[in-house]
Formats: sequence, structure tokens, C-alpha cells
Amino acid sequence: MIRFGDVLGLADDALIAAQRLGEWCSRAPEMEEDIALANIALDQLGAARLLFAYAGELEGHGRSEDDFAFLRGDREFRNVQLVELANGDFAVTMAKLLFLSAYQRLLYDRLAGGTDERLAAIAAKARKESAYHVDHSSRWVVRLGDGTDESHRRMQSGVDAVWPYTHELFEGSSADLREPWLAEIDKVFAEATLTRPADGWAPTGGRRGLHTEALSRLLAEMQVLHRAHPGATW
Amino acid sequence: MVTTAQVVDLVAAVRDPELRVVTIGELGIVRDVAVRDDRVTVTITPTYSGCPAMDMIRSDIEAALHAAGFAEVAVDTVLSPAWSTDWISEPGRRKLAEAGIAPPAAGGHRPVSLSLTVRCPRCGSPDTEELSRFGSTACKSLRRCRACLEPFDAVKTL
Repeated sequence: MIRFGDVLGLADDALIAAQRLGEWCSRAPEMEEDIALANIALDQLGAARLLFAYAGELEGHGRSEDDFAFLRGDREFRNVQLVELANGDFAVTMAKLLFLSAYQRLLYDRLAGGTDERLAAIAAKARKESAYHVDHSSRWVVRLGDGTDESHRRMQSGVDAVWPYTHELFEGSSADLREPWLAEIDKVFAEATLTRPADGWAPTGGRRGLHTEALSRLLAEMQVLHRAHPGATW
Repeated sequence: MVTTAQVVDLVAAVRDPELRVVTIGELGIVRDVAVRDDRVTVTITPTYSGCPAMDMIRSDIEAALHAAGFAEVAVDTVLSPAWSTDWISEPGRRKLAEAGIAPPAAGGHRPVSLSLTVRCPRCGSPDTEELSRFGSTACKSLRRCRACLEPFDAVKTL
């Protein structure tokens, strides 16, 4: 039985990831990458909208996609902390995208074959898009990791910085996805000549509404227009 | 009196706003057209979850049917079965190629293959390279032909 909170968590992961990736728009290292990140953000936003619509129906209080995105405070968001962290440099962003999209693909694969028909339909669409996100981010991780001394150093430090936040992805019912996820990540790390960080500190709480300050700043920017001009359209 | 078949044709003839050379019928996103009196319900499926053209397609369908005299038009969206590039018809593929956009490879239901050969839509050479996995829209990548040196868009296999 799929619960409202589970669907909301997936929706929030996708929405917040989309917002962070969108921040690269006009700032990416090259034009093709600018377009790529905007397109990946759009995929994430599309999945988020479908999931919010479903979450609203499960909840049964008539909340719309916009209500979920623009009219909740930080404590009501159920995303993992990984997606809300600031973009950092390009290497940090690629590490975050690789870790998230590899998880999303495994999860969507499972949901696509699950008993909840609505979720299966959303996942069947999203998993093909996730495959492109994994491919794109892993190519960059390999290119930077196996590149110059400087790019290697920064890619490794990006991986080290966000690694602790990956543990939260595998809490609860997705615990058994960590093994196949690690196998995929290890393959990329090997090709990228990167070292997998040791497991230690594992920040948690996102699924219960406990977030870092980074989420509050993100929401302030994302929600300001809607809150200042409720119901605005163009 | 307009027949159901004619309504289906009307809907299928709406052009894709981003791939102007093909219709939404050729793109394979029209799933159902139901006519009851002067009310039409059209069911379409998105190509990509976040495809920004969906709203435009929806309003183009409504405009086409209103122009044909239908007062009430509803456009619903279904997700399942998920669209793949295999739904693009043969005429659709041909028109894409003629417009300089490489059509997708067949077999989009398989996991993403990274070693597909994409032929140059201008000179037909298989010697092409990918410049960017993500092109001007989410559904296209940007490539270049090594033989004739022309850059071109290619519809990604999904």
C-alpha cells in the first residue's frame, strides 16, 4: 500500500533537484551543458508534477501541484537533504546528480513493476529519462575524475563532500537498493580513478521534514513570486 | 455532420509545436478520440514527463476542434503505456529526416544503448559524432557529421 508521504517524498526529491539544476541556467561551463542541465531539470520537474498530482489525490484535501510547491514551509518538505544542498562547483553538482539519478532509476524500475498502477505508469516514463541523467552525469564524473590533476582533485572533493548525504536515500523500504546502487557507483568511480569515501557520518531527517538551511534559502527564491502574487499566471 | 473518422483526422493533423514537420498523429501521442454529440474528448500521452510543448499541443487541439464546430472539447492525458520513439510512424520518420533531423533508432523500449549509429540526414554517412546529449529540446541531441561536417539534430531514442 503506497502512502501519501512516500509519494510526496519522491515528488519533493524531483522538485528540489529541478530547482537546484535550474540555477545553472546561463551559468554552466559551456552552452551545451547549460542546455543539458536545463533539460534534465525539466525532466525532474515533469516527474515532480505527476507525483504531486497523485499525492494530492491520495491525500484527498484538494491540494494542487502549485499548493505543494509554493505554499508549504520547509518543515513540510519530505525530500532527502542531498537534493537541497547548494550546487557548489560543477563537480559537486555532477556528484549530486549521479548519486540521485542512479537511485531514482533503481527506484523507478522497481515501481514500474509494482502493484500501484498510477505510480507504475509515472515510473515507467521517468525511468527512461533517469537513464539519460545517469549517463550524462557519469560521463562528467569520469571526464573530471580521470582528467587533469586539478579536475581530479575537485571531483574527488565533490564526491567526498556529498557522500554522507547518500545514506538517507536508502532509509526504510529502499534499503535493499543500496547494494545495486553501490555496484553502479563503484563502476563509475573505477573508471574515473576516484576513491569511494568511507561510510561514517550519515545525516538524516529530510523524510521527516528536518532540513538544512540550504532548503530555506531555495524555497525563499522559488516561492517568492507565488506568495507575493497569489494565483499569478502569465 | 462530421464523422468520428473525420474528427480523428482533424486531431491527428495538429502539428507538433517543436517538431513542426510532423503531426501529433505521426508522432504517435494521440491515444483516443471520443465524440458524443458536439462534445469531443481527446486523450494524448506526453513524450517526456516534462515536455513543455504539452500545454501548447492541448490548446492547438482545442482550437482545431472549436474551429470545426465542436463547442465542448476536453483533452485528457494518460501515461500508460509509456510513449517511446517506436510510436513515431514511418511517414513521421521520413519527414523528420527530410527536414534534416535524424529520426530515432527503432527499439526504444530497450535500455538506453550508447553505441547506436546515427546516420547524417543530409549525406547519409554513418560517420557522425555526438556534440551534446541534450539538444535544443529535451527529445533531441546535437550531432555532427564527420563526412559532410554539417551539424544536425537527432531525435533521441527513448
